[in-house]
Amino acid sequence: MADKTSYKDIFFNPFSKDNPVIVQVLGICSALAVTAKMEPALVMGISVIAVLAFSNVIISLLRNTIPTNIRIIVQLVVVAALVIIVNQLLIAYAYDVSKQLSVFVSLIITNCILMGRLEAFAMGNKPWPAFLDGVGNGIGYAMVLLIVAFFRELLGSGTLFGFQVVPQCFYDAGYANNGLMILPPMALLVVACIIWVHRSINKDLQEK
Amino acid sequence: MENLNLFIRSIFVDNMVFAYFLGMCSFLAVSKNVKTAFGLGVAVTFMLVITVPINYLLQNYVLQAGALTWLGPDYAGVDLSFLSLIMFIAVIASMTQLVEMAVEKYSPSLYASLGIFLPLIAVNCAILGGSLFMQQRGFGSVWTATCAGAGWGLGWLLAIVAIAAIRERVASYSNVPAPLRGIGIAFIICALMGIAFMSFLGIKI
Repeated sequence: MADKTSYKDIFFNPFSKDNPVIVQVLGICSALAVTAKMEPALVMGISVIAVLAFSNVIISLLRNTIPTNIRIIVQLVVVAALVIIVNQLLIAYAYDVSKQLSVFVSLIITNCILMGRLEAFAMGNKPWPAFLDGVGNGIGYAMVLLIVAFFRELLGSGTLFGFQVVPQCFYDAGYANNGLMILPPMALLVVACIIWVHRSINKDLQEK
Repeated sequence: MENLNLFIRSIFVDNMVFAYFLGMCSFLAVSKNVKTAFGLGVAVTFMLVITVPINYLLQNYVLQAGALTWLGPDYAGVDLSFLSLIMFIAVIASMTQLVEMAVEKYSPSLYASLGIFLPLIAVNCAILGGSLFMQQRGFGSVWTATCAGAGWGLGWLLAIVAIAAIRERVASYSNVPAPLRGIGIAFIICALMGIAFMSFLGIKI
């Protein structure tokens, strides 16, 4: 973990080759819940990046002092404290969005990406690579969230970030929004399509 | 009778996976074969049956507004409900640690096949979700809360065993496009099962 290339790998691998959502299959619940619209997906992505980066650093600093038997409780307390901070910050500086998101922000506590990265990486690495790993995985998560939200909002409501994208003349000509895209099962289908495209490009990820 | 209805409702109508889409991560990752899926399903059911009643007692005798009245009239005005999320998570995390130690000791093969998903039960949204639903609905007694927890757990068990059985068949008999093999097709199967389970949503028992 000393040379620069490995730091680069730690940071960039989660973007595509080691993506938390479509390769490691973590954090699916929130990917379903917040992706009906772009805006909550973006705020959720940023919140997860922040919580993940800082909890990774904190756990990595504490990794030699945490007894193995109670590590889950310690990890959850750190995460819960950070989530509460993020929640308060959102209420203070982005009140409207936080109102939209309130339930989902507290659900970051139960986002498997956090526990997964803390268990798999932060418990065995120094703070700086742990920070890079946290930011990288957070960005990988946010990217998938935004792609899914893009298709669901475009096809389901005809808008992006709340602005009308599909022109009125389309509706006049008989085009209708696909209400099915708003339902949670459709998020699963969109993620499946992303996996399909992603694994067609990265052949080494295909399963036998 | 009331409790039996709630139990059945929790299994089918309020199914954790298909009605609320909770606990998806381990649901998709551990459903490759029926045996492991069953093991995890039992673990989740067990956790729900234990944590929902414990959190119910916490909620009603410690956290709720006026819940501390049994300590004396001075405490009647205390409202600790802002602590509920952290308390619920702490109970769930400590129970998970207990289950993890038990599984490691008595069934090392199950322990090895569940891997990282055993500690992840602590952050399985289905389990925290169970406690939060319990808080939201205000059940009448510990017994009712236990029935609901057992129902949610069995519903999750049913769902994961069903999808594992389908995935086993798909893996051995059908010609899935290479990029979709494994997790990709699992997402699609789950989406189709979700749409199918939506037909239960309107049923009143």
